[in-house]
Amino acid sequence: MKLKEVVEVINGRIICGDAFLDREVHLGFASDLMSEVLTLLDEDILLITGLSNIQSIRTAEMSDITQILFVRGKQPTKNMIDLANEHEMVIMTTPYSMFRASYLLHESGLKPVY
Amino acid sequence: MNQSFSIPAGDFSHAGQAASEIKRLLKQLNIPPKVIKRVVVALYEAEVNVVAHSFGGSISCTITPEHIDIVVSDCGPGISDIELAMSEGYSTASSEVREMGFGAGMGLPNIKNNSDSLDISSSEQGTSIHMRVNFKEHTP
Ligand SMILES: Nc1ncnc2c1ncn2[C@@H]1O[C@H](COP(=O)(O)OP(=O)(O)OP(=O)(O)O)[C@@H](O)[C@H]1O
Ligand SMILES: [Mg+2]
Repeated sequence: MKLKEVVEVINGRIICGDAFLDREVHLGFASDLMSEVLTLLDEDILLITGLSNIQSIRTAEMSDITQILFVRGKQPTKNMIDLANEHEMVIMTTPYSMFRASYLLHESGLKPVY
Repeated sequence: MNQSFSIPAGDFSHAGQAASEIKRLLKQLNIPPKVIKRVVVALYEAEVNVVAHSFGGSISCTITPEHIDIVVSDCGPGISDIELAMSEGYSTASSEVREMGFGAGMGLPNIKNNSDSLDISSSEQGTSIHMRVNFKEHTP
């Protein structure tokens, strides 16, 4: 699905990366544990996390993941947004919980990584 | 080509800067993206371990046309049982470290899976991790 559809489905807000909302993503992975994310071999992934700190952006950078959804209304800091912009990432937030966001996105066609 | 970095203990905001810099360098050298990912995942995990579990340390990278050699050393307190530390899920991470998104006990296994050779030595004076990743693309 396109990232602009993702935002709609989870009643979300785009924090940065407006220019890339036509980007397609096929897989979702929900975790607050960065080393778990770092085991993933795919890159075509939406990272869904409640961990809103610079390490979540760094982890995406190292994993070549270019889209992150922060759940429970977590707001990224300026440093995080700068780093995300540098790597052309799309950052979104949703007021929903991780479970609810994952459920809605799966219903809309996003597949689990495994 | 040689590149060195120092890693202060406990400073999570800087963890990943070395991996980020090396990623930029390897891209310029046109190393395949899959290989770059192996290098930076292993390096980033090692960097985070120094920040999270040690009194601080340093990284030294040597790039040749065939491979990258990375040595990550810190000044203690060391890993008392390396075999145990290498097992998936084993972690002594503090609650501060867990709040930063680490402590799954997957870091050392990730380093092992992403390097072509790995040598870890450790004493109370410090831990030294030597990893090598070959640039020739991997057939998994
Ligand atoms: N540089 C180090 N100095 C001292 N102890 C270390 C060091 N690196 C790892 N360890 C020990 O080995 C354990 C396992 O490390 P590993 O990287 O696999 O997991 P973690 O850091 O606890 O969690 P994760 O990496 O999944 O976020 C650590 O919890 C810690 O006890
Ligand atoms: Mg670790």
